[in-house]
Amino acid sequence: MADSASPSPVHRDTTEKLAQLKHLPPEGFLRTHVFSLDHKVIGKQYLDMALVAVIVGMVLSWLMRFHLGFPETPVPGLGTIAPSSGAGGVMTPELYLSLMTMHGTIMVFFVLTTAPFAGFGNFFLPIQVGAEDMAFPRFNMMSFWVTFVGFLVLLAAFLVPEGAPISGWTAYAPLSAVGKDAGPGLGLGQTLWAVSIALFCVGQLLGSLNFITTTLDLRTKGMSLARMPFSTWAWFITSIIGLIAFSVLLPACVLLFLDRVGGTSFFIPAGLVISDRLQPHSGGSPLLWQHLFWFFGHPEVYIAILPGFGIVSHVLPAFARKPVLGPRLLIGCMAAIGFLSYTVWGHHMFLSGMNPFSATLFSVPTLVITIPATIVVLLWIGTLYGARLRFTTAALFCIGFISVFVSGGISGFFLAQPSIDTYLHGTYFVVGHFHFVMGVAAMFGIFAGTYFWFPKMYGRMMNETLGKWHFVLTFIGVYCIFMPMHYLGLAGNVRRYSAFTDEYMKGSLPLHRFITYAALVTGAVQILFFINLFWSRFRGAVAPENPWEATTLEWSTSSPPPFDNFGTWHPVVYRGPDEYGVEGPSGDFRMQAVPDRGGKGAPA
Amino acid sequence: MGKLFAVLLTIITAVSMYIFLSRTWWLPHDISVLGHGIDHQLMETLVESGILFVAAQLVLAAFVWRFGGDGDGRAIKTFPGGAIPMVVIATLLVGGEVLALTLVGTKVWSSIYQAPPDPNALRIDVLAEQFAFYFRYSGADGRFGTIHPELIDEGNGNIYGLDPANDTTARDDIVSASLVVPVNHPILLSMHAKDVGHAFYVPALRIQQDFVPGLLIPLQFTATQPAKEEIVCTQLCGLGHYNMRGYLEVMPQEEFDQWLADQASN
Repeated sequence: MADSASPSPVHRDTTEKLAQLKHLPPEGFLRTHVFSLDHKVIGKQYLDMALVAVIVGMVLSWLMRFHLGFPETPVPGLGTIAPSSGAGGVMTPELYLSLMTMHGTIMVFFVLTTAPFAGFGNFFLPIQVGAEDMAFPRFNMMSFWVTFVGFLVLLAAFLVPEGAPISGWTAYAPLSAVGKDAGPGLGLGQTLWAVSIALFCVGQLLGSLNFITTTLDLRTKGMSLARMPFSTWAWFITSIIGLIAFSVLLPACVLLFLDRVGGTSFFIPAGLVISDRLQPHSGGSPLLWQHLFWFFGHPEVYIAILPGFGIVSHVLPAFARKPVLGPRLLIGCMAAIGFLSYTVWGHHMFLSGMNPFSATLFSVPTLVITIPATIVVLLWIGTLYGARLRFTTAALFCIGFISVFVSGGISGFFLAQPSIDTYLHGTYFVVGHFHFVMGVAAMFGIFAGTYFWFPKMYGRMMNETLGKWHFVLTFIGVYCIFMPMHYLGLAGNVRRYSAFTDEYMKGSLPLHRFITYAALVTGAVQILFFINLFWSRFRGAVAPENPWEATTLEWSTSSPPPFDNFGTWHPVVYRGPDEYGVEGPSGDFRMQAVPDRGGKGAPA
Repeated sequence: MGKLFAVLLTIITAVSMYIFLSRTWWLPHDISVLGHGIDHQLMETLVESGILFVAAQLVLAAFVWRFGGDGDGRAIKTFPGGAIPMVVIATLLVGGEVLALTLVGTKVWSSIYQAPPDPNALRIDVLAEQFAFYFRYSGADGRFGTIHPELIDEGNGNIYGLDPANDTTARDDIVSASLVVPVNHPILLSMHAKDVGHAFYVPALRIQQDFVPGLLIPLQFTATQPAKEEIVCTQLCGLGHYNMRGYLEVMPQEEFDQWLADQASN
C-alpha cells in the first residue's frame, strides 16, 4: 500500500520516461495527418472515409430510384459515365443490379459500420475512459488503412470491363461463386468484392481487439466499468460482437475467393449447367455460404445499430437534463441484444430450403430479442418523462432515432414469423423494414453524434438553424421514402427488380414515383448537412470546452483535445456519467472528473 | 421546436396508419387453401403491432410536447415507478404478444411446410434456370425420367437433360412452360435449379420458396379457384432476374385432363 502511494523516485522516473516515449507529439506531415497513430486522427479518417462512402452510396440510390420511377427516361450524363450499360442514359438491368449491390455493400460496411463504430468509437472511447490513446496505436493505424484499401478495391470494381458485381450485398452463392458464365458483373468485379470485404474484416478485427483491450485495461483511476458512459459500453459490446462476426465473414470471403479463382467448390454443388456449360465443380453447398454470411450478417445489424443506442443514451440525458432511466438495465439489455444476435441468423433463411423445423427454432429468439429492444426504447421514452428538454439538433436526432427505430422494429414482428415471411420475404416490405431499423436509425445516430461531438472534434460549433432544418426535412423525408415500401410489400411488389414488367406489379408504379420524388428531395436536403459540416469546420463559432454542459471526460478537456488527450493532467473519475438534474458547482450537472468540495464521491 | 416535432410525428403516425387501414395497396386475392391462415396471422400481427406503433409514437410525441424547454425553472421528475414498469410492459405486453404470435404462427407454418405430402397429390417437377421456370409432368407411367445434367441442351429442346433413348420412364414426360394445375387438387412441387439460386413466388397462393442448386425442395399447395396468376422469381439470379416469370393456370379437372392429353399427344 505504502509503495503504491509513494513510489520510489527511480520508479517514478522510469514510468514518466516510458510514458513520454509512448506519447511524444507526432512529427512530420505523414505521421501527423496520414499514417497517424493518434486515435483522434484515425477516428476522423474513418469519418471522412464514411462521408465519401455515403455520398457515393446515396448517388447510387438516386440513380436506382430514378430508374424505378421513370424506367424509360434517360438520366442526363449516364451515357457518358457508363457508355455500354447506360447507353443513351437508360440503364440496363445489369447496371441497375450493380448499383444496388454497390449501394448495399458501401452503405452497410463502409458507412454504417465505420462511422458510428470505428469513427466515433476511435475518437471518443479512449477519451471517455480517460486514456491517452488506444492500447495498440499501430494496430489502430493498420485497421484504418486496411479498411481504406478495402474501400478502394471495392470502388475499383466500377472500373473493370465486366462491370461491378450484381449479386447483391449478400453475394449469394453459387451466383457469386461460379464466375463469368453466370452473366455480366460476375467476373473480376465480384472477385474484387470478395477481396474488399475480406480486407474490411481484417481492419475491423484489429479495431475490435483494440476497443476491447482499451476498455478493459486503460481506464483511468476511478473509472470503474459501472461508471463508463453508455457510448463506451455500446462500443465495447459492439466490438465483442464484431470480433466474433468478422472472424466468420473473413474465412467465408476467403472460401468464396478460392471458389472463384482457385477452382475449389465450397459453395458450388455438382451438376450445374450455366450458359450451356456443365460447371467443373462438385460437392459444395450454397447453404453453407448463407449460414456463414448470416452468422455474420445478423450480428452486423447490431454492429450498425448498437453504437447508435450508445449515442442516444449518451446524448439524450445531456439535453433532457436528467439521467437515463434504469442505467444498469439499459446496459444489460444492450448486452442481451448482443448475445441474442448470434442466435437468430436463420430468420434470413426461412425460405432457403433448410429444414422447416429450424425456421420455428430461429423465429423464437428473433421474437425474444424484441423484449430487450423494447425495454431500451421504453427506457429512453421514460427518460423524456419529466425532462427539461433542450431542443438542440443533436437532441432532435436522438428523438427521431427513437421514432424510426420503433417503426422499423415493429415491422420486424411480421418478418420474424415464418408463416408471414413466406409471403413478404422477397418484397419491398423487407426493404422498408431494414432501411428504417438499421439504415435510417443508424444514420440518425451518426447525425446525433456529429452535431453533438463536432465542437469537441474540430473546436468549432455547427450551425443550429441549418441543423434543425436538416432534421425536420430529413425526418419527413425518410417516412415518405420508407413507409410506402411497406405498402408495396403487402401488395406483393418484389424487390431487386430493375423494372416492373409483371402485370400485377404495374399498379405500384405511382407509389414508386412518389418514393423517387421523396428520395431525390431528401437526398438534396443532405446538402444542408454537408454545407454545415464544411462551413463550420473552418468558420463556425469557436467552441468552449463544454458547450452542452455535459458530464463525461471528453468535456473536461480542450476542444479539440491535445494529442495526448488531457495534456499534463491525469483525470480521476469520481462518479457515474449521468449526473444531470442535480446541484453542481456550475449548474444542474456534476462532471465525472470534478471532485466534490465535501469530499463525496471518492474514487472507486 | 418540441411542439412542432410532436405535431409532425402525430401527423406522420396518422397518415401511415390511414393508408394501411384504407387498403389502397393491399394483398391480392387469395386462391389457396392455406392462404386464409396466413392472412389471418398477418391481420392479427397488423392489428397488434399497429396498436404498439401508434401508442409508442404518440407517447413519444406527447412527452416531447409536454416536457420541452428548460427555461421555466421546474424540477425534473422521474418516471413513476422507475424502470420497473418498462420491464413489465415489455415482458408482458410485447413478450406476451410475441408468444401468442409464435404459437399461432407455428401452426400455420407447419401446415404449409411440415405437413406430410398428400398421397393423392399431383407431383410436378419444377426446374428453374436463368431466366425461366419449366414444369414437368410424369405422364402415363407416373414416373419421372432421370436427369442427366451433361445432356442438357436448350438448342435441341432437352431442357431437363433427359435420356429417352435409354430411359423408358423419360419417354412420356411432359415439359411445359406454364404451371397448369386442376382446381381443388393438392399439388406437390419438387423444386430444383439448373444454374444458380432462384425462387418461386405466387402472391395469390401466399407462398414463396427458394430453389437452391444441389437441393430438391418439396412445396405443397391447393388452389381453390380457376385463375391465371404470374409466378415471379424472388431470389436474385442475374441480369434477367426482373424478367423471370411464368404463369400458373388453375382450371377445372376436366379441362386439365384435356390439356394434359393434348400435351402428351404433341
